[in-house]
Amino acid sequence: MRELAASTISDHVAEMCEEANIYLGQDVFGALKDALETEESPTGKEVLKQLIENVEIARDEQIPICQDTGFAVFFVEWGQDVHLTGGTLEEAINAGVRRGYDEGYLRKSIVKDPLFERKNTGDNTPAVIYTDIVAGDKVKIHFAPKGGGSENMSAVKMLKPSDGEEGFVDFVVNQVKTAGPNPCPPIVVGVGIGGTFDKVAVLAKKALFRPVGQSHPDSRFAELEKKIKEKINDLGVGPQGFGGRNFALAVHIEDYPSHIASMAAAVNLNCHACRHLEREI
Amino acid sequence: MEPKKIQAPLSDEDVMDLKAGDNVLINGVIYTARDAAHKKLVELMDKGEDLPIDLKGQFIFYVGPTPAKPGQAIGSAGPTTSGRMDAYTPRMLEKGMKACIGKGLRSQAVKDALVKHKGVYLAAVGGAGALLSKKIKKSEVVAYPELGAEAIHRLEVEDFPATVINDAYGNDLYEEGAKQYAR
Repeated sequence: MRELAASTISDHVAEMCEEANIYLGQDVFGALKDALETEESPTGKEVLKQLIENVEIARDEQIPICQDTGFAVFFVEWGQDVHLTGGTLEEAINAGVRRGYDEGYLRKSIVKDPLFERKNTGDNTPAVIYTDIVAGDKVKIHFAPKGGGSENMSAVKMLKPSDGEEGFVDFVVNQVKTAGPNPCPPIVVGVGIGGTFDKVAVLAKKALFRPVGQSHPDSRFAELEKKIKEKINDLGVGPQGFGGRNFALAVHIEDYPSHIASMAAAVNLNCHACRHLEREI
Repeated sequence: MEPKKIQAPLSDEDVMDLKAGDNVLINGVIYTARDAAHKKLVELMDKGEDLPIDLKGQFIFYVGPTPAKPGQAIGSAGPTTSGRMDAYTPRMLEKGMKACIGKGLRSQAVKDALVKHKGVYLAAVGGAGALLSKKIKKSEVVAYPELGAEAIHRLEVEDFPATVINDAYGNDLYEEGAKQYAR
């Protein structure tokens, strides 16, 4: 049994909070540059130029890419041969978030209760944490700071099996169309299909953690990702909704087996600042 | 097309010169307000009391920046979603506000009020908070310091880039832009 101190988890998490908010991943940065190549709209080109310059300024001057430094979302793959010492995983992650958001001058965007006082917790905790127990003695932490503007335009729908591929594609495309300029396009579209009401939403979230441009391993879903992306870009909404060719940078689908009566579907949107990081400890 | 340089505050004539799709560079003094500050301003209007800032001709920028590091005027400072301010915007225009800067769709009531009161709605590039922070030379809190990032700030801006979405003629870039490129 390998022992791992809670403080080690906190140290990694604090670093990841700062790093993810300041340095955009090469996958997304590359996708923005590709979009500039293919964009036909002059205003759309101008937007993409500003977004590329923004990423460079953030990196060179250590300023957050976006002022919405997000809800801290974690997927943790915990090797079952690892024993955590000196605290719980939840405490360790939240301690890291608290430190990372304070030392990194990141915005604290979490309120304690959603309905009544809506008082800011002051340290961007608590995080949203999903854990999977896996084989081995390693711990893999996936982190994404998730912005509110794009999160607000997301949806879950319990489709009927008879809705088929067409019903599924229509649901995704219509949800993105309704969102329009609000989620800060060009967007990354996370899609879940299958499972239960709750499971499908988590799948859509997980889809946003996949490197942009990496397609689904099943060629049928990979084709569908391509087809949905084309349909979305044919809407003409373009960068920031000003009109143009690039409304979506990528569509990622994650699937799970389904109940015989159901075909759950979910769409979770992410802005162009699709920030995600992973570390293995 | 080269962006138009405009100077804050705006007159009615300045507003009528702006058309949906125009790219502009804003110079001068603008103010910030988000949901909480709007709520407070409209409550004062309801009571018939004076506002902490004179809105006549002014720009309001919907933003909640990250904390400034030592030596910085402001942290990352991109626009937030404007739709959350829809309920308050017609009242702000009645009081003389001429322009608001945010991102995303506005309600029909806001678009109508822009025509009625001669105002414009502009979008800055959402998620370009680092770039936009460089266009803000000075920032100070002028009202509601208790709201933190949501307090009303007075910003001095130089060549702050934005695009006109809804003009005082009823045009809408979000509708027209998508129509032009749809296939």
